[in-house]
Amino acid sequence: MKTAFLNLFGQTPLTRRRALWGMALVAPNVLGLLFFFGLPVLAAFATSLQQWNAIKPPVFVGLDNFVRLFQDGAFWQALGNTLKLLLLSVPAEIFLALNVAVMLNQRLRGRIFFRTIYFLPVVTSTVAAAIVWAWIFQPRYGLIGNIFAPLGLRDIGWLTRPDLVLLPVAAVMIWQRLGFDMVLFLAGLQTIPRVLYEAAIIDGANPRQRFRFITLPLLSPTTFLVLVLAIINGFQVFDQVYIMTARTTRGGVGGSATTLAYFLYQSAFIRSEFGYSSAVALVLFLLTLGVTVLQLRIQRRWVYYEAGE
Amino acid sequence: MSEQADQPAPYTDLSLPIKVLTYFVLILGAVVMVLPFVWMASTACKVPAELNTLPVRWIPQTPVCRENLNLLYETSPNFNRYLLNSALLTIGRLVGQLVTCSLAAYGFARFKFPGRNVIFALSLGLLMVPFQAILIPEYLLLRQLDWLNSFRALIIPGAFSAFAMFLLRQAFLQIPLELEESAMIDGANPLQVLRYITLPLSGPALAAFAVITIQAAWNDFLFPLVVANTPDTRVVTIGISLLQGERSTPWNLLMMGSFLATMPMLILFVILQRYFIEGVTMSGIKG
Repeated sequence: MKTAFLNLFGQTPLTRRRALWGMALVAPNVLGLLFFFGLPVLAAFATSLQQWNAIKPPVFVGLDNFVRLFQDGAFWQALGNTLKLLLLSVPAEIFLALNVAVMLNQRLRGRIFFRTIYFLPVVTSTVAAAIVWAWIFQPRYGLIGNIFAPLGLRDIGWLTRPDLVLLPVAAVMIWQRLGFDMVLFLAGLQTIPRVLYEAAIIDGANPRQRFRFITLPLLSPTTFLVLVLAIINGFQVFDQVYIMTARTTRGGVGGSATTLAYFLYQSAFIRSEFGYSSAVALVLFLLTLGVTVLQLRIQRRWVYYEAGE
Repeated sequence: MSEQADQPAPYTDLSLPIKVLTYFVLILGAVVMVLPFVWMASTACKVPAELNTLPVRWIPQTPVCRENLNLLYETSPNFNRYLLNSALLTIGRLVGQLVTCSLAAYGFARFKFPGRNVIFALSLGLLMVPFQAILIPEYLLLRQLDWLNSFRALIIPGAFSAFAMFLLRQAFLQIPLELEESAMIDGANPLQVLRYITLPLSGPALAAFAVITIQAAWNDFLFPLVVANTPDTRVVTIGISLLQGERSTPWNLLMMGSFLATMPMLILFVILQRYFIEGVTMSGIKG
């Protein structure tokens, strides 16, 4: 009996000793992750089925939180704002990052310098970035208004107008994300074999054709990865909203800038509704999971496509 | 800054008009990327009256950088404490992850034990969970432990990482096994091998791990906001957000505060940018 158990760890004393070492080495991090991340994941599901306020003990209420959530106009508004932000920021940031990366992937003096400049906002704290951009978007004395003063935009209250407030938020997202995407695109471009371009040049393909028929298709796995990461990141927008609307109504006038993450924060830590906000958290989780699963599915097809060539 | 870090794909030399156009676009873009920093620095040195002057001035007429810095500390006497707290949080998480994740990475890379692959896959699965989805139970857990508003809450949960473990494991797998084996034959135990062979040979990966961890920790906002928002434990991101929120601080002081919070990371990036870029590339591949 004892030997059977021991054999689980290996056939010889040496492999057994190494198995014990292995477990001892991974234990601190694995147990820490289990306790501080795994446990909360399970708890998130349980909490979403409870009514839990600051004072009263939690009560099991089944799916009530979700029923309430789907009837809550504020939740749909937050979901809508999150999707609008994705639409405003993701295509623009990917388009810009791809173009910058392609330009920087050429024989060009100062490539590293430009790469540094474009990457600077990535290492900047989002809170500081949002404060600076809030100042840039101030009416009358802000930078944007004054640059575009000839268009009559100087006195526009970007952050106070419910129909405009998502634009400044998206601006910060694009500014901070462009360099990150660019670096991924640059790495992707490095993997495209040079010989393909050389062959295309011999065949008389012009630069635009080379981009269209070599760069773009061979870069598509990178493009897709960048897209997925941008979407997942976009689901979690919080800092920008919290900071940029701090001087008016937090979350934007009439909830016009409230994102899912901000809505979650509000219902959990301002209104102390832990059960209800856990339902929001679960929606956030499922959205992210959906995108990730989709990515894995499609990626598999891509790998096959490449192998088939 | 090393130009040889990665090679461009120089399929052709660019024709002159294309070259000019490329530079024009790149410079225009670079100006847009840099303007907010310039505007921040410029505003940080303006007198209040100059904030409401039209047309806007890029260079303050009479720069008052020092005075504004002093004013910032008058408005927010704890600001240095916030900077220090951010540094403590950053160092704490960095050292914590360095220990837990390099041990675990080594264990997963070099040792066979029952359930290894399952445990590894499950740990990586945690990467798919957005942090905000577990923010509430995390808060409740820390409250249960009575850790709220302490450095334990700020540092300890952040001292474990599936991502860093994955990143280091990838690096450890690249190291030739023979080097480790010969050390073992000489009687070194696994900890000694890790300490004297594996870690020293993983310099670039360790640097990439370090800068990514440092940057994320220094810029962390939502988690500290929720679990440690008292004067003694506040980090600098919360510090500047407070300036912005409750008291309507003038923009010049806000820019000064943002400047102080931003500078450490910008300087670190300019010095160690190769590792930042590598770290991002690796974090992208993990996807």
